[in-house]
Amino acid sequence: MTTAPRTLYQKIWDAHVVDTRDDGTCLIYIDRHIVHEVTSPQAFESLRAAGRPVRRPDLTLAVPDHNLPTTARRDSAGNRIPIADPQSAQQLEALERNAPAFGIRYIGDADPEQGIVHVIGPEQGFSLPGATIVCGDSHTACNGGLGALAFGIGTSEVEHVLATQTLLLKQSKTFEVRVEGTLGAGVTPKDVILHVIGVIGTAGGTGYVIEYTGNVFREMSVEGRLTVSNMSIEAGARAGLVAPDETTFEYVKGRPYAPKGEDWDKAVAWWKSLATDEGATYDKSVFIRAEDIQPTVTWGTSPEDTSGIGGVVPAPEDFADASKRDAVKHSLEYMGLTPGTRLTDVEVQNIFIGSCTNSRIEDIRAAAEVLKGRRKAGNVKWAIVVPGSGLVKAQAEAEGLDKIIMDAGLEWREPGCSACLAMNPDKVPAGERCASTSNRNFTGRQGPGSRTHLMSPAMAAAAAVTGKLTDVRDLAPVI
Amino acid sequence: MQPISHVAGKAIPFGRKNVDTDVIIPAHWLKTITREGLGKGAFEAVKKEPGNVFTDETWAGAPILVAGDNFGCGSSREHAAWALLDMGVTCVIAPSFSDIFSGNAFKNGILTVALPQEAIDRLMDVAREHPIDVDLDTQTVTTPFQDRFTFEIDAFRKHCLLNGLDEVGLTMAQGDAIGSYEAKAKDALPFLAQATVAA
Ligand code: SF4
Repeated sequence: MTTAPRTLYQKIWDAHVVDTRDDGTCLIYIDRHIVHEVTSPQAFESLRAAGRPVRRPDLTLAVPDHNLPTTARRDSAGNRIPIADPQSAQQLEALERNAPAFGIRYIGDADPEQGIVHVIGPEQGFSLPGATIVCGDSHTACNGGLGALAFGIGTSEVEHVLATQTLLLKQSKTFEVRVEGTLGAGVTPKDVILHVIGVIGTAGGTGYVIEYTGNVFREMSVEGRLTVSNMSIEAGARAGLVAPDETTFEYVKGRPYAPKGEDWDKAVAWWKSLATDEGATYDKSVFIRAEDIQPTVTWGTSPEDTSGIGGVVPAPEDFADASKRDAVKHSLEYMGLTPGTRLTDVEVQNIFIGSCTNSRIEDIRAAAEVLKGRRKAGNVKWAIVVPGSGLVKAQAEAEGLDKIIMDAGLEWREPGCSACLAMNPDKVPAGERCASTSNRNFTGRQGPGSRTHLMSPAMAAAAAVTGKLTDVRDLAPVI
Repeated sequence: MQPISHVAGKAIPFGRKNVDTDVIIPAHWLKTITREGLGKGAFEAVKKEPGNVFTDETWAGAPILVAGDNFGCGSSREHAAWALLDMGVTCVIAPSFSDIFSGNAFKNGILTVALPQEAIDRLMDVAREHPIDVDLDTQTVTTPFQDRFTFEIDAFRKHCLLNGLDEVGLTMAQGDAIGSYEAKAKDALPFLAQATVAA
């Protein structure tokens, strides 16, 4: 049988179709489901009310991350330090109850493997190339860096997957984002994805699944690919994909849940077959030159409001579209920025290095490299580095990075979502700015009135040192 | 899910247009762990307005809500449907609904009935003092005064609502198809078909 050339997305989709309905909706099998404390309680409540079990608890993993404070969770006697917010405490307790009651493996709030859902999936080898992966958080797209079809779902879909291990879905269109050339010094995966979003816009990927192609992604580490795919959501797409290759296999091999022995060989053979076929077509493509990408920051309240660090705050009139002009006007008011201001003149009072976008070991290393031998600027009031998982934390400590970070005057915290979203104690005060490695700069995202500038870990570390948005390449060498 | 074929009784004459989900249930109610109790937070801001229909004893526990155009717009929170259910509302009548809201309502067994504005105006009048009757089987809304309005509903949704079938239940009925996929995957993709930590 000959089949027409297919894209990576179509191959993963085809391998997971359980049933096709007349209107083209498919019942898609879900290989991996990660559950956290915020979007799951009502799903478990419904299952309980209907007397329904979880179909495949063995394909499900539960871990708390969103609500947890990133300060110590146990006292010296090993007792839990209570969570101040009673509702957060309640959601954590609900997950602690629900996971074992439904036979689901549970990683506890103080376990060494605990961490942000999208960090621990790949880290544990639970997330695999070619798999369908869901979680009740939109940045599940992160896992696409492994070449997995991964996307966020709502509470009723969480319930649907728990009960049936499937989801009803319509196929998306495919969007190729090709980046080729040589990245300049100081240009990281975060800069690549911020630049891409600046080019295609936050609606650019709506209705599509993005596949990232070109030598820049081929040469990127898996950590970097996870960062890129993570922000597919901000580009409007439900999911992102990077084809699995030797770099991916190397990353996955030997992780706790990764296939072993004969299964491993079978897996690699299948993964190799997933790359988009010669002659397959995408519904849409964009080509970006790597040389055009600078260390990038956002200035507004939409992730598409990006600029190279050498730029200035734009004026509403710089935009052709009337509704965008209006949005920019509001956004500049909210951000307290005047058009024409050089970005490197913008002062920041808070630094957040963390979130599922940038909290893996490479990110901590990049921040530490900048911070080494330097000190946080006096005007920076609050600066935290939050590892994505307990294992990242342990690795960083083994490398002495925690020491470098604390010597520079930044705090070294326990793993969790932290200041990515204002749901736990880590918040940015109203009217203050934060140089942040997270993924959303929306109004109020880091706390009511907070002003977020998105950037890479190295750039956030540079901002910590100077107290302003800074081109990391311009920092004077440490002598 | 409760089968729903006939909703009869008092109808809250709300009538407001563009009611977004933040009005139905404000964001600070989202950190809950159960669907129950959300009725307390429903229309929290409206309840503070003098003379509002939600704190008026006349309509306490009414099963029907009559609203204006574009009901349920804004954020996709499913809590909006849960809050209505918790108030005892199982049917909302309005000129139009946001897609996401009507999907969430359907998933939770709430009937959304779209009728032209003139019909809504008439029902708003009637509801002040009299009950309203909604029959899903015949797709009609009637009043004690011989008013009779017919409405459209997707055949699949009607079937599900009439029989109390929820999406999860429907998919579970396809358990055999899922089982045979799993059996096939065990051979073809054994590394995906299980997730275990090797000893
Ligand atoms: S770090 Fe932010 S985006 Fe990532 S899982 Fe947590 S809340 Fe979601």
